[in-house]
Amino acid sequence: MNISRRRLLVLLPAAAVAWKYVAAGTPEASPNYQMSEHWWGMLIDIPKCIGCGNCVRACQTENDVPDGFFRTWVERYHVTDTNMTNPEVISPDGGKEGFPVAKEDEGKYFFVPKLCNHCADSPCTQVCPVGATFVSPDGVVLVDQTYCLGCAYCVQACPYGCRYLHPKKHVADKCTLCYHRITKGLTTACCEACPTGARQLADLKNPNDPIHEFLRTHSVQVLKPWMATGAKVYYDDLDGSVR
Amino acid sequence: MKDAGHLFRFAGLFVVAFLVFLLVRGYVVPKSFGQYGHYRGGAIGEIASRPVRFAGHQECEGCHTDIADTKSKGKHAHVNCEACHGALAAHADDPTSVTPVKPDTAVLCARCHTASAAKPKAFPQVDPADHSGGAPCQSCHNPHSPGFDSSSAAAPAAGGAK
Repeated sequence: MNISRRRLLVLLPAAAVAWKYVAAGTPEASPNYQMSEHWWGMLIDIPKCIGCGNCVRACQTENDVPDGFFRTWVERYHVTDTNMTNPEVISPDGGKEGFPVAKEDEGKYFFVPKLCNHCADSPCTQVCPVGATFVSPDGVVLVDQTYCLGCAYCVQACPYGCRYLHPKKHVADKCTLCYHRITKGLTTACCEACPTGARQLADLKNPNDPIHEFLRTHSVQVLKPWMATGAKVYYDDLDGSVR
Repeated sequence: MKDAGHLFRFAGLFVVAFLVFLLVRGYVVPKSFGQYGHYRGGAIGEIASRPVRFAGHQECEGCHTDIADTKSKGKHAHVNCEACHGALAAHADDPTSVTPVKPDTAVLCARCHTASAAKPKAFPQVDPADHSGGAPCQSCHNPHSPGFDSSSAAAPAAGGAK
């Protein structure tokens, strides 16, 4: 009598757990897209960027980014040879409408487009208390906006300032690397709109992607490498003054 | 030993509470949670199903073969259609009822080609006021193949949306 009751106590919860897994169906998968075959990143070729702001406008159009918030933006650096560590950095309205004309001046200018680095070991996903943000199996950092509480821990945790709280939805919002496009075989909106090819979507698991040849033959760097975030946005010819 | 019943009733309460917990958890935790990790696996499919606004240049080139041909021979060969014309997936889906507006070249070209010391030196730049006196760029240049020669000047602004 006692033994059978103990067995019942052991078996009931086990059966309940098993039933839960049986009840959970198989979620639908994209027809021609295998997540396990991709590992997405981006290449930013700084010497090619002209600061036109096409990428910022394209991103806002494609993703309904609210005014004053940015999933991608462009910064203009002005570094003088007498003060290499304190560059003048401007980004008027995220560079959306371009930049003021720079007159011939001492030092050097360059543009740095920024976006989510889609880190493999991202600090933002680690701090989420409810599992609303995550690195997808194909290496894209995404937000489940139906699950997000809007606590903004992730906004604080991102070392690159790539997240914001959506002013209307009150949930975390960020670059999805145009996940709705890249899973259909298209490139991102910013890459599609870039007139000089300064931004290129890269599939690091595709052996035929030109990114591999580029990485072999160029000096590339990621932003804040000392933070060991596993950033996958590679910058060509990145100046040491960029933060 | 006759008091052992109290212990069993107490243990029973715990078991019932645990089962209620599992039942409630089964309802409130989404089915795909934990499929790939500590998140809702179904969210990936939802994000992937958002609508596309930029059709992509392959889509444009399917119909506008003449423009694609002109463009492929000129300096704008690697500039995608929607870099200048804007997001036109709606036009690609329904070409007859959604007709795009031609961009104003005086604004559009200046966005990239206005001279600034901040731009890469090799990139072609002009001071628009000095260069054309405010005249639209396409009176001399074909935006799809903007090199300045007699053929492109003779047929300005060929193309655009039909």
